[in-house]
Amino acid sequence: MMRDTVILRVVVKLLLPAILIFALYVQFHGDYGPGGGFQAGVAAAAAIILYGMVFGIDEAKKVVPRRIVNTMIPLGVLIFAGTGVASLLLGENYLDYSPLGSKPVKGQHLGILIVEAGVFITVASTMLAIFYVFGGRADEADEKGGEG
Amino acid sequence: MLAQHLPALQVVIPLLAAPLCALFRRGFIGWLIAVAATWLAFAAAIGLLFRVLNEGVISYAMGGWAPPIGIEYRVDLINVFVLVVVSGVGSVIIPFARTGTAARFNDTDQAWFYAMYLLALTGLLGVTITGDAFNIFVFLEISSLASYVMIAMGRDRRALTAAYQYLIMGTVGATFIVIGIGLLWAMTGTLNLADLAQRIPEINDTRPVLAALAFLTVGISLKLALFPLHLWLPNAYAYAPAVTSAFLAGTATKVAIYLFLRFFYTVFGGGGFFESTPLPEMFLVLSVVAMFAASTVAVFQDDVKRMFAYSSVAQIGLITLGISYVSETGLTGAMTHLFNHAIIKAGIFMLLGGVMFRMASVKLEDMAGIGRKMPFTMAGIVILGLALIGTPGTSGFISKWWIVLAALEKDQWWLVALILLASLITMLYVGRIVEVAYFREPSAKAADVREAPLAMLIPAYVLVIATIYFGLDTQWSVGLAQRAAADLLAGIY
Amino acid sequence: MTEILADLNYWVTIFLMIGGLYIITAHGNMIKKLVGLGIFQTSVYLLFLSPGKVLGGTAPIIAPGFELYSNPLPHVLILTAIVVGVATIALGLALVVRIHEAYGTIEDDEVQEMEAD
Repeated sequence: MMRDTVILRVVVKLLLPAILIFALYVQFHGDYGPGGGFQAGVAAAAAIILYGMVFGIDEAKKVVPRRIVNTMIPLGVLIFAGTGVASLLLGENYLDYSPLGSKPVKGQHLGILIVEAGVFITVASTMLAIFYVFGGRADEADEKGGEG
Repeated sequence: MLAQHLPALQVVIPLLAAPLCALFRRGFIGWLIAVAATWLAFAAAIGLLFRVLNEGVISYAMGGWAPPIGIEYRVDLINVFVLVVVSGVGSVIIPFARTGTAARFNDTDQAWFYAMYLLALTGLLGVTITGDAFNIFVFLEISSLASYVMIAMGRDRRALTAAYQYLIMGTVGATFIVIGIGLLWAMTGTLNLADLAQRIPEINDTRPVLAALAFLTVGISLKLALFPLHLWLPNAYAYAPAVTSAFLAGTATKVAIYLFLRFFYTVFGGGGFFESTPLPEMFLVLSVVAMFAASTVAVFQDDVKRMFAYSSVAQIGLITLGISYVSETGLTGAMTHLFNHAIIKAGIFMLLGGVMFRMASVKLEDMAGIGRKMPFTMAGIVILGLALIGTPGTSGFISKWWIVLAALEKDQWWLVALILLASLITMLYVGRIVEVAYFREPSAKAADVREAPLAMLIPAYVLVIATIYFGLDTQWSVGLAQRAAADLLAGIY
Repeated sequence: MTEILADLNYWVTIFLMIGGLYIITAHGNMIKKLVGLGIFQTSVYLLFLSPGKVLGGTAPIIAPGFELYSNPLPHVLILTAIVVGVATIALGLALVVRIHEAYGTIEDDEVQEMEAD
């Protein structure tokens, strides 16, 4: 880890909020232009990964702990699939968001927003989980006495 | 209301259950969720079967977007038959899974294992039910990725290399399939299978469509482990945990066979397709070679799981042999064998899982004299082995009978002789196990072995009894397969 | 010459496809094989995206003043395929890490040698 490079640390700290805001912009602008949960999730995860690469993976884990990441992966999928079930319960076909709002258009809008939120959560946490697992493998192996 | 949404529920139930398992991260809760989800999925498949029998083809528009623009779930007799097989085998294995997984993995790993199992099931059911070509690829990859993980969780380190090898081969296969789909889409502008079936016959002599056919043939053959593209299968089955072996042997290759039928009969079938391409002859030759080569290799295996993995390749050859006739009798035989072989092989791998659980080995030498130590397990293996050979009174006989009938229909006596010869080789390797297990002194490892736990024996015996039952009452297996075969042939002109 | 250049994207597709497959089959190093797999899959992305482009068309977002749009379908499909590809590569690399821990090597032939005995 690059703990001695002051410039890098300062720049990264300045960049982090910008990256996160950009992720949110991509997320919520997905209704009107290119964007959406996938891209936003990767951008948000990239911010944390950048932080982890500069300040060390343990620091990153303090920001977003493994437990939260492991919970968020299935949670996002549940939100996604659950939206479909909600439309099922409201009498329409699976993933037909029209009945979620007062008007079909509003329902579609709300539906895709929730689904994209689910995608965002899963994608961001999956990217982080991959980073943690690969990055932390050596440390874990040391703790277990060289056994994987 | 519920019946109307059965096509979606079929896939959504295991899909929702998988993240729930991962969320709770408790082995027992995960197992309970998996039991509930698999049995509900099985119930959904049965419900769909009755709906199709009563109403004919069901079309379900995902998200309310009408086909062919939206993704359509299309259920007809052909895929509902496969749905019942896959979800049925999937639901019998899960009760069996508890004992073995609880003994080997910690709580979190168990939960993830069940999540992967459910995802693999989701993928396979999705491939079967969807009427959209690209959706097939996505579900195929979901099931494949989950099964790579499940294979890698085997206790031997060779499970890792087996999973890696399967990952490379499987991904190449799936990518070939998606290249084929892409070429078809570029030529027709549609991804809906029913829509493709209408448009392909007109242009089936253009070069991109022929290239698509080639890519699809190789890709699907890789997935169904048709000789000589079967190399990933033996190691994957041999070193995976028993649950994985049983599940994959019973479902994954069967779904690939369904894909094969769907693409060649429904999508490409029209416009004199089977007369203008050498595919039937090609598959006939490859199937016969598979039956002999794989069976012969199986005879010389020392690891019993590996032996039955090679036997799977041979049995897949038998199924594709039935398909290659392009006749109703042959297809009936192939689909019946798809049904029967799923039950037989899943049962065998579950019983071997019991042996593995008690002895930590399924080497032939270690299994010496085990017939007296584990009488029920071995009796089950022998009954299922007899079904593999095709002994009258077991389900294996029925399907072989139909495939032989199909050969007779075409006056190909030499083929009948070859099928019987291949059965004799099957008898050799089943006989080897019987000889070692019953007529030898117990090995050092087998000396103080007890019968497998009931929780493992009972689910396996459900399949053993099913094998005998479907050997006597063929109303459901052959009856449905025959109607599905007629439907498949209706797509050819 | 112009004919060849007009189909440049397809030539690149074929090049990547064959190159990727060659790497998968020719290299014994497990990570290189995965790299080959990645290249092979990339060719598919290009194969799908190429016919989706409509000459003169703009991004498929309905806006006043535009009438010709590119086909948005391949982008959606390939977004999915990319996710599948990422998952495959990640899983493959994870397996390679585990293989390295179990065997101490990631060369195909060396691993096979160790498995033989």
